[in-house]
Amino acid sequence: MEIFGIPLAAFLGQLLLGLVNGSFYAMLSLGLAVIFGLLNVINFAHGALYMMGAFLAWMGLQYFGISYWVMLLLAPLMIALFGMVIERSMLRWLYQLDHLYGLLLTFGITLIIEGVFRSFYGVSGQPFAVPPQLAGATDLGFMMLPIYRAWVVVASLVVCLATWFVIEKTRLGAYLRAGTENPRMVEAFGINVPLMVTLTYGFGVALAAFAGVLAAPVLQVSPLMGSNLIVTIFAVVVIGGMGSILGSIVTGLALGVIEGLTKVFYPELSSTVVFIIMAIVLLVRPAGLFGREK
Amino acid sequence: MTLALEIKGLQAWYGESHILHDMNLSVAQGEVVTLLGRNGAGRTTTLRAIMGLTGRRSGSIKINGIETIALPTHRIAHFGIGYCPEERAIFSSLSAEENLMLPPTLTAGGMSVDEIYQMFPNLEERRSSQGTRLSGGEQQMLAVARILRTGAKLLLLDEISEGLAPVIVQALSRMISTLKAKGYTIVMVEQNFRFAAPLADRFYVIEHGHVVAQFNANELSTKTDELNELLGV
Amino acid sequence: MSRKLGYTAVLLGLLIAPFALYPVLLMKILCFALFACAFNLLIGFTGLLSFGHAAFFGGAAYITGHALKMWGLPFELGILIGTLFAALVGWVIGGLAIRRQGIYFTMITLALAQMLFFVFLQAPFTGGEDGLQSIPRGYLLGVIDLRNDLTMYYVVLAIMVLSFALIVRVIHSPFGQVLKAVRENEPRATSLGYEVARYKLLAFVLSAALAGLAGSVKAVVLGFGTLTDVHWSMSGLVVLMTLVGGMGTLFGPVLGAIIIIALENKLGDVGAWLAQVTAVEWFNTLGESVTMITGLIFVICVLAFRRGIIGELAARIR
Repeated sequence: MEIFGIPLAAFLGQLLLGLVNGSFYAMLSLGLAVIFGLLNVINFAHGALYMMGAFLAWMGLQYFGISYWVMLLLAPLMIALFGMVIERSMLRWLYQLDHLYGLLLTFGITLIIEGVFRSFYGVSGQPFAVPPQLAGATDLGFMMLPIYRAWVVVASLVVCLATWFVIEKTRLGAYLRAGTENPRMVEAFGINVPLMVTLTYGFGVALAAFAGVLAAPVLQVSPLMGSNLIVTIFAVVVIGGMGSILGSIVTGLALGVIEGLTKVFYPELSSTVVFIIMAIVLLVRPAGLFGREK
Repeated sequence: MTLALEIKGLQAWYGESHILHDMNLSVAQGEVVTLLGRNGAGRTTTLRAIMGLTGRRSGSIKINGIETIALPTHRIAHFGIGYCPEERAIFSSLSAEENLMLPPTLTAGGMSVDEIYQMFPNLEERRSSQGTRLSGGEQQMLAVARILRTGAKLLLLDEISEGLAPVIVQALSRMISTLKAKGYTIVMVEQNFRFAAPLADRFYVIEHGHVVAQFNANELSTKTDELNELLGV
Repeated sequence: MSRKLGYTAVLLGLLIAPFALYPVLLMKILCFALFACAFNLLIGFTGLLSFGHAAFFGGAAYITGHALKMWGLPFELGILIGTLFAALVGWVIGGLAIRRQGIYFTMITLALAQMLFFVFLQAPFTGGEDGLQSIPRGYLLGVIDLRNDLTMYYVVLAIMVLSFALIVRVIHSPFGQVLKAVRENEPRATSLGYEVARYKLLAFVLSAALAGLAGSVKAVVLGFGTLTDVHWSMSGLVVLMTLVGGMGTLFGPVLGAIIIIALENKLGDVGAWLAQVTAVEWFNTLGESVTMITGLIFVICVLAFRRGIIGELAARIR
């Protein structure tokens, strides 16, 4: 069976891969948006921390025999801690200044992290085996469904929706939303806003690291995997606008799928289609699809 | 008995602007004190300085006898202070009820949610609405109600009658009388002299960031001329 | 008076420099100095942070290189075409980016530059990963042989001096004053009746064109154009040069360019010396860790040294 001249199985396979990439886009742009909302900083280091998450998973397995499942929890925790140290020691001095300094600082941190990893591991990727419990594929009749890729999409959706729920529906999320709007007032109520800021940064980068661990068996674990991704994430965030959580998630997934489909029908455009869409959105709806001009 | 609030030699800045110069005032437990003065005199800044919301501060601010001048904002609230800012600061990204529940409970003895909804039935009706969709009067009630929930016994109220319909202002007046009867300590900044006069025990007149006059409620009738001159009414 | 003296001294120094230092290195520094000055026009004087200037620098390099190598155009036409290309791309990217303010503007410049990177990566004429090689220098105006490094140096110096003079002229012009007003307080500039968007776009196009000129000249001087020239790390590098030297100052970017390029060249030697002195073997790899060192300088500058060298000096003198 064929769709526009492409065999159905191959088409659906690419669609799934698009969903996988879209899941990463969603999780990373979500983390970026949450951090930006409260800190007013664009965390350029998001890509590098995603890479570190993947590398920690690889190093855990390679050097200490720690399983993927443990690293799925451990890597985000370690990166959260690392991120909180960065926020406490460096980022917090810049809050009173122009936003661009936050971007420049996190850019510098990105270069340091990538430089260090490159000096030890070069630029080529390290392979990471799919964990045995998720290996193989099931036959759905119209296509073969690689179990690991389905797992990535499901796990990402669960984490993203859980994040959405916490932020929109819980008391803790109310603190975050109120803090994004008027942090001084929230402090006047007795809430330790500086601590909340630190924890939020930690959470945002933990999301990135979680995405990194998920990505390790799908992509190659390389010091450059973050920088390849981060600029696309910026485009995703400009397209979606950073005003709504669900907006970020939907935009990320949609763009991943569109990119995947482009790879099938117009492969030469696939690396630039997200940017082209960004240009169109800027012409038609500058605030972003779900955004409120900040 | 320790003073609820004792301010000595307070100076405060917003960046480079020096707003409060040698501010001195005190408030006893259970007193209602009103800060009068022209716009720009530094009344709002005084309240903000107590909460640590200005820039640099120096001098002494003692709350229930404890020095708080060096403390960060989020610790000051835990002394049992509720601050209701001039701009009300209702959060648009929260519903009315979320706004009400946001400030954490500081001490026991605050009003329960039921008690609050009894006092302000409008708030119960509109509780799922987005915070900023409420009318001006409702938002003001919400701003006061949410600090009543926390158990704060020292209330800093900034222009709560401003821009509200007379019938609502009366309701607020009754509310303050009730709180006063319950032993709350209240510091009010008020332009509306007719609102403040029947409620307050004492008055401070503030000009250029320090106190220029103070008098008790029973001195009011004799001081009207002086007041008119000071306030330029 | 002292300023004129200063300028003359610097000019004299530049005129005799190739007899003391390697001309190709000097020319490279001059190109990056112009690149940084062009970038500074935008961030230092208009308050707009573009993170995609590599698109203009490297893009013009490719176009000029192709024009000289494949179409056999003379030097001056090739440079002109490269500069115009950069201006055009600047007009498109600037026009789109200006639709958002603040940090969104920066992200858009980065994203659009990245798009151009992918286009150049895939386009056959650029030579992809190998780069565009063997760009001929040819003759200036048909008579001056540019293959002589010394001759080339003086031509490049002339171009740079004229461009720098242009930048100075723009900054001190009424147009430049409006730019500064936009940087200081955009809403107020709008309320005064200035069409702020048009000024921003004009500044952006000018900055892009000059960056393109720098890239074009560099391609001819070194004889090749590579993907590195259009990669966002190059955009980051010019930001760093301007930051280290001093944003918003006239000479800061020039000084920053000198320092960063000198650092890049000497990093290997510094690393070797450090390895000797501290007996830590890893320092020997410092030469390859340009990325990491760049990042470190960024972090230090942003945290402790925001005004840059010239900025700090200016503040002390005052």
